[in-house]
Amino acid sequence: MQAVADSVFKALADPTRRALFERLTRDGELTVHVLTGFAGVSQPAVSKHLTVLKRARLVSHRQQGRETHYRAEPKALGPLVDWMSFYGVFWRERFSRLEAALERMEP
Amino acid sequence: MSEVSTATRSVVVEKEFAYPPEKVWRALTESDLIVQWLMENDFRPEVGHVFQLRSTPMPHWNGIIDCKVVTVEPPERLSYTWGSMGMESVVAWTLAPTPGGTLVRMEQSGFREDQEANYKGAMYGWQKFFGGLERVVGEISEGGDV
Repeated sequence: MQAVADSVFKALADPTRRALFERLTRDGELTVHVLTGFAGVSQPAVSKHLTVLKRARLVSHRQQGRETHYRAEPKALGPLVDWMSFYGVFWRERFSRLEAALERMEP
Repeated sequence: MSEVSTATRSVVVEKEFAYPPEKVWRALTESDLIVQWLMENDFRPEVGHVFQLRSTPMPHWNGIIDCKVVTVEPPERLSYTWGSMGMESVVAWTLAPTPGGTLVRMEQSGFREDQEANYKGAMYGWQKFFGGLERVVGEISEGGDV
């Protein structure tokens, strides 16, 4: 589980990969060819980025003829969503404790 | 008082305390005070100081957070890296004096700033990314199968 979360964070730390993933969540299934036109980097670079996204399970693919079609798997964002809600609760609770600690401190 | 911000890819908690910034600063930076509200620690307010926050271990978590001090500007700004469960983030505190005390803001960013500054495309910030994903995340939560 930790390894999965880690790979999701690493995959999305790169702006080109974020752009590719976001595009796929918006437009559904796209070919490497179409994604290359959009990303503004070479096709080998796009393929490399897609491999990283695939390892993080953020995208899946299928082969059709000579073209590889990619689609987003937004469920893989789970760890990211969990992380944010976990720390939201965590810090609210720590702020209450901080206030209590301030009350106890000498003026 | 807090929000999980989809617009800025970070967790922000903000609260006004009825104490002056100098006092809040002490609570944030003195090891024996930090233990009272955060965790056991070997914190020192020195830039570059490497320290740990230690909590009770739980299943799937050893209870340790590895940190390094990044900013110390008393009594206004304090930040440190926060490494836990293979994820690196930055916790940044900002103290602003108010007529009634101090406005304390904590922002935890889930991704390192250097990664963000480096970006070549320059057209896709986290802001835009999360803006576009709000819908998707909403669907995930509703689906309840994450």
